[in-house]
Amino acid sequence: MERKFNIWRGSAEKGEFKTYSIKLERGMVVLDAIHRIQAEHSNDLAVRWNCKAGKCGSCSMEINGRPKLSCMTRMNEFAEDDSITIQPLKTFPIIKDLVTDVSWNYKQNKMIPPFKPRVKKNGEDHVMYQQDVERIQEFRKCIECYLCQDVCHVLRDQDKKERFVGPRFMVRLASLEMHPLDRGDRIPKIKNEFGSGMCNITRCCTDVCPEHIQITDNGIIPLKERVVDRFYDPIMWIYNKLFGIDTK
Amino acid sequence: MDYSDIQTIEHDVLVVGAGGAGIRAAIECASKGLSTGIISKSLLGKAHTVMAEGGIAASLGNVDSRDNWKIHFRDTMRGGKFLNQWRMAELHAKQAPDRVRELEEWGAVFDRTDKGLINQRNFGGHRYPRLAHVGDRTGLEIIRTLQDFCVHHGISTHMECTGLDIILDGGKVSGLLAYWRETGRFVLFKAKAIILATGGGGKAWKVTSNSWEYTGDGLGMAYRAGAELMDMEFTQFHPTGMVWPPSVKGILVTEGVRGDGGVLLNSEGERFMFNYIPEKFASETADTEEEASRWLDGDREARRPPELLTRDVVARAIKKEVEAGRGSPNGGAFLDIASRRPAEFIKKKLPSMYHQFKELAEIDITEQPMEVGPTLHYFMGGIRVNSNSQQTNVPGLFACGECAAGMHGANRLGGNSLSDLLVFGKLAGDGATDYINSLSGQLKCSNEEVGKIIKGATDILNRENGKNPYLVHEKLQNIMQTFVSIVRTGEELEAGLNKLQELNADIKKISVPASAQYNPGWNEALDLKNLIVTAEAVTRAALIRQESRGAHTRLDFVGEQEEGLEYNIVIKRTDSGMSAEKVRREDPPKELADIGFASLAELEGGGIGA
Repeated sequence: MERKFNIWRGSAEKGEFKTYSIKLERGMVVLDAIHRIQAEHSNDLAVRWNCKAGKCGSCSMEINGRPKLSCMTRMNEFAEDDSITIQPLKTFPIIKDLVTDVSWNYKQNKMIPPFKPRVKKNGEDHVMYQQDVERIQEFRKCIECYLCQDVCHVLRDQDKKERFVGPRFMVRLASLEMHPLDRGDRIPKIKNEFGSGMCNITRCCTDVCPEHIQITDNGIIPLKERVVDRFYDPIMWIYNKLFGIDTK
Repeated sequence: MDYSDIQTIEHDVLVVGAGGAGIRAAIECASKGLSTGIISKSLLGKAHTVMAEGGIAASLGNVDSRDNWKIHFRDTMRGGKFLNQWRMAELHAKQAPDRVRELEEWGAVFDRTDKGLINQRNFGGHRYPRLAHVGDRTGLEIIRTLQDFCVHHGISTHMECTGLDIILDGGKVSGLLAYWRETGRFVLFKAKAIILATGGGGKAWKVTSNSWEYTGDGLGMAYRAGAELMDMEFTQFHPTGMVWPPSVKGILVTEGVRGDGGVLLNSEGERFMFNYIPEKFASETADTEEEASRWLDGDREARRPPELLTRDVVARAIKKEVEAGRGSPNGGAFLDIASRRPAEFIKKKLPSMYHQFKELAEIDITEQPMEVGPTLHYFMGGIRVNSNSQQTNVPGLFACGECAAGMHGANRLGGNSLSDLLVFGKLAGDGATDYINSLSGQLKCSNEEVGKIIKGATDILNRENGKNPYLVHEKLQNIMQTFVSIVRTGEELEAGLNKLQELNADIKKISVPASAQYNPGWNEALDLKNLIVTAEAVTRAALIRQESRGAHTRLDFVGEQEEGLEYNIVIKRTDSGMSAEKVRREDPPKELADIGFASLAELEGGGIGA
């Protein structure tokens, strides 16, 4: 059966949707369809992909308006007479066709102070219990597909990339702050530089996460709470003053 | 033409490939004070390491204290059918535990034992629970840990940058010409040493667990620079890839499913692996379902279930069942964990398998069996290196990880790949550092060399009419899938070789008349130059090895031949084309041979190799 695909073709300066018709087979995902278009109609159609199994987070795009991994979006999710519209992530500048410049994300990651482990006792192995690592293991499932970054209002609609690192890196910060071995303190930076206050908890990021990470509830809100405890709780304020904890 | 105005970036050492081996090598070089650059075809953190599921093998002894490096070494040699480089297997077994502990020190969060130590799971061919893991996403944990560590250590990462060819000056490495995917522009990296960490060439087959990046780039570049390839006939078919739907055929189903209790069944519901236990492993393998169940329940006296035999054995068994008409509806075998473990256990230990089947095949693995079949997964062979320094026969050229040969011999054990990446990544970094420190004099990248490489790449864009790169690639995959498959015959290999040579002519006629900017068609055409070298090398080596050993099975030469242990097959470039010849192996050091050939009882009793 022939199916119609409207695919964004072009560069940052100019572009348009082009329509392609191809035959589908049972079990195909959107990325398969794109590959078929690439082989049969347009050899130079630009698309990022790697593992084709939802593990690497390369093939993010917007499919009928939803940010999704194209390798995990089955064609039978759509009605048979639906035409499928595919465009690049809106939050990042287009390089070509479905490929966007996501280098901003790598810059955010680099700003985050690295993991700082406690010193091992007498050269013995670190001891951490499963129940204590489980909550950060959830955050470490992140495959960096940036779908959460794409859908975040602060980054997408308000374009405040200079004030908020986005859900992906809030989750990464949470994975460091809650790491049982970590001795770093990133709370002042989370408030001042990484913009924890910018998030208004609409949970759109959680909705699109292909790894089903509870980004907002388990990651961002606990960080917001830690910021509040440090900076806005009067009793904690006195405690922090007494023990010399950074509250700037 | 004058190419002196081409973009030029200078490093002491350039690492090609940003998977586990590449990043680990770069970290080592940077920590020794070298100016270090790393290029990768994809974005940082997307390399194939991310796909590794089951775990990283290291004899930490956290779950079973009887484990130690000697048992790991012996398992590795037996798995590799004793064709491994002895010294490499020794270094690997000895150093793997430190590499795992180091990852934890850099922020990795492995699953824990009850005592709070790094947990370890069972895997095929490993005597004891040995694989440190994070559910079934161990590779992701490792690559993310390395990635986040490396960005704070002064390493320049050049993403979506693909190497074309290595440049030599007086026989020594002096640089590498590459191009940016985004713009299609060329860039010259001047470097005193190059470490290749480019992975394998699984994309030469149709059914493979490998991504588009796996086109044997390092193998092709090293070969053209005069380096030797070795053990290329040993290509691992992982026994359990998805077989349905067609578009995901080949995607990996982790061995962890079997490690955690999954069993293989044929269409008659028979647990057929009991019929395929090789003599060599009979004394260490359960021969009844009852004993296998006891082992799963933690009985330390029980022997391991036959589903955990080495990958070559299991892959061939599935193939035989299918050929005998006892396959699953889509031409595989059933892998059942649903009836063996509770749903919660499966979701906890194998979360990504649960989602993979649920979302791609609409199968709930906590209720239904999976359908699985062999998929091309890994290259044991690759670039021939010195076991200690990881240097090739070309001064200044190093290789590590899957693109290097020697560590795994004729067959790799699951879990030994992630540890290989880290152990030999580090050692390649050490080797490159030593080499650079002993180097004197200036190295040049000649204008002529640069021009030749650029012309070879731009010709594809300038040709008006020619072959479609995607269709040429498909043809290549069909040839390898048909003629150089999981079981081989001399006749088929000859036919395959002829077809590859015909295809070589097609590759020279590919045209992609469009701009070079982010053009996957052009990128594919350039990759094919390496993939065809890789495919030809595998085929030639497979033709010469007239025996069946490990992952290399010849229907016309059944079983291992004693003589087969006396040589490795080495491929190199000559004026008259590709040559493949048998190169005599050195005798193993006595203390290693004692350990490798010891019985378990002798080894565990102490005294041997002490």
